[in-house]
Amino acid sequence: MQKIKPLDHLILILGALFLCVPVVMALMSSTHAAIDIHSNGLYITPGSHGAETYTKVLTSRGGFTGDVTGLLMLTNSMIMGLGFAVGKIVLSMMAAYALVYFRFRFATLIFWAIFATLLLPLEVRIMPSYQVMSELHLLNTYTGLIVPLLASATGTFFFRQFFRSVPDELLEAARIDGAGPVKFFIDVLVPLSKTMMSAIFIIMFIYGWNQYLWPLLMTTDESFFTLMRGIKSILQVWVGSQIPDYNEAFALAVLAMVPPVAVVVIFQRMFIKGLTESDK
Amino acid sequence: MTDTPLSLAEADSTLFTRLRRWWSGETANPVKRVQFDRPLTPWMFLLPQLAVVAIFFYWPSVQAVTSSFYLEDPFGFGATFVGLDNYTDALTSRGYMSTAAFTAFFCVVVTALSLGLGLLLAVKADKVIRGAETYKTLLISVYAIAPPVAGLIGMMFFDMHMGPFTQIAAWFGHDLRVGIDYWDTASALIVISVWKQIPYNFIFFLSGLQSVPVSVREAALIDAKSGWRRFCDITLPLLAPTAFFLLVINITYTMFDTFPIIDVIVKDKPANNPMTLVYKVYLDGFKGNDIGGSSAQSVILMVVVALLTVLQFRFLERRVHYG
Repeated sequence: MQKIKPLDHLILILGALFLCVPVVMALMSSTHAAIDIHSNGLYITPGSHGAETYTKVLTSRGGFTGDVTGLLMLTNSMIMGLGFAVGKIVLSMMAAYALVYFRFRFATLIFWAIFATLLLPLEVRIMPSYQVMSELHLLNTYTGLIVPLLASATGTFFFRQFFRSVPDELLEAARIDGAGPVKFFIDVLVPLSKTMMSAIFIIMFIYGWNQYLWPLLMTTDESFFTLMRGIKSILQVWVGSQIPDYNEAFALAVLAMVPPVAVVVIFQRMFIKGLTESDK
Repeated sequence: MTDTPLSLAEADSTLFTRLRRWWSGETANPVKRVQFDRPLTPWMFLLPQLAVVAIFFYWPSVQAVTSSFYLEDPFGFGATFVGLDNYTDALTSRGYMSTAAFTAFFCVVVTALSLGLGLLLAVKADKVIRGAETYKTLLISVYAIAPPVAGLIGMMFFDMHMGPFTQIAAWFGHDLRVGIDYWDTASALIVISVWKQIPYNFIFFLSGLQSVPVSVREAALIDAKSGWRRFCDITLPLLAPTAFFLLVINITYTMFDTFPIIDVIVKDKPANNPMTLVYKVYLDGFKGNDIGGSSAQSVILMVVVALLTVLQFRFLERRVHYG
């Protein structure tokens, strides 16, 4: 085997520190009082004000965000993450199934029409997208928050690759047994795709949870604010205040990052699988 | 090298090769030996996706193109056709050109740094045995943090009153003023963007490295004594497809996904701050109410992105060594 030099470990430790120390300091600073942070800088040790800061951020109205509580924003982020992941899986599995398992007219055209969405991210067409949404009266709705984001073909792409690798014999056998397309999809393909579905679910949950620009444009009604939108609000009131509420900002950041980070750490293997390959 | 099948077959199972193949259009042929032959059922399955794509992708895209030819009244009282004026205005304005220049610079620096650091960490993590899992978890976990959260944490680190980086800069006699000084803000944006992107590159490089067959590694170990030679002659060529895929992803990331970071750091105050083209589209459209101008910029960006993607896949591909 190759020799392991202490230098390798040093580089890895430095890398891990560079990536993780800011997160740890955000977590620790959120448990200190704003005035202490203001005079002493960021902390790397836990403080004693954690409980009250988090209670305030989670439950009190009329703080930095006006009318909405942290708990509501947490719920909205959760709806956004889950709704997006589920919607993505349902839509893209169905579309991929049609593209792989059927011979029909215009299949190639449809294929390109769907996959062209990978070329242009939402950010380049935000202004017209906003206008379309307001014409459809979808501003300040959960539908408006979630459905337009489903337009990109990433999930369809993943499932298409996966279905292609499913042995042809399965379909032949199912047809001999007299199964139609719907039955084959529900009874054979869906159970077969469980691992793939969970992997994609993790990726898409994080993606949906972390959305920033779209909720920013789509929601003016505070009861639809997500945590990411809350971060924008906290910064907007930042300027006027005497001593900025550093602790509350950090607490909000911690709330916004704990769920996705936890998902990645707990389901690490599945997450990497979903991210890097489309299974066998 | 003539014995290519090994590494090719190895690479075959990974996403990037498939992506590459998809881009080069090889997959348009029938995908299954047996297929259902019903005229209506596939449309039933396709309908939801097609509806979403048509309403939320094609409709706005077409609208972006049309409104880029009009000068819209900011108060909503109609629009006048102005031909290519919006485009010429955008392209000739000094603000646009300096923003474009900064975007290019930002892309090069962020992509180079995050790819380089990601590769370095992946190579080291691939080597070590003790603590490998711990390193991996620590290096990966930051991936899940949203760009605006990264921006917020970064903002605190560069805060003018109590930010650690500001204090460190002060030791070296530099007065770090993020949000006011152009290059100070640019450095902060680069540090935060790179920080956020390293885990992604790390994951892909590491899984690329781990898919190199043991036999190849052992053969290399016998052939080349120097670790650096081995890295240059064996590892790097085998990683080329991964690196190439990541290059595209990283450029896209820097152009688009850094939006929240810029928004958090610059906070709608473009005054003397650097920003990317995407951020300018947003500012001009939503803050400046210049719908035609913003749409023209959108269309220019669409063309740039589409060209970039096609060019990269068609052109760069030839120079990548897949053997």
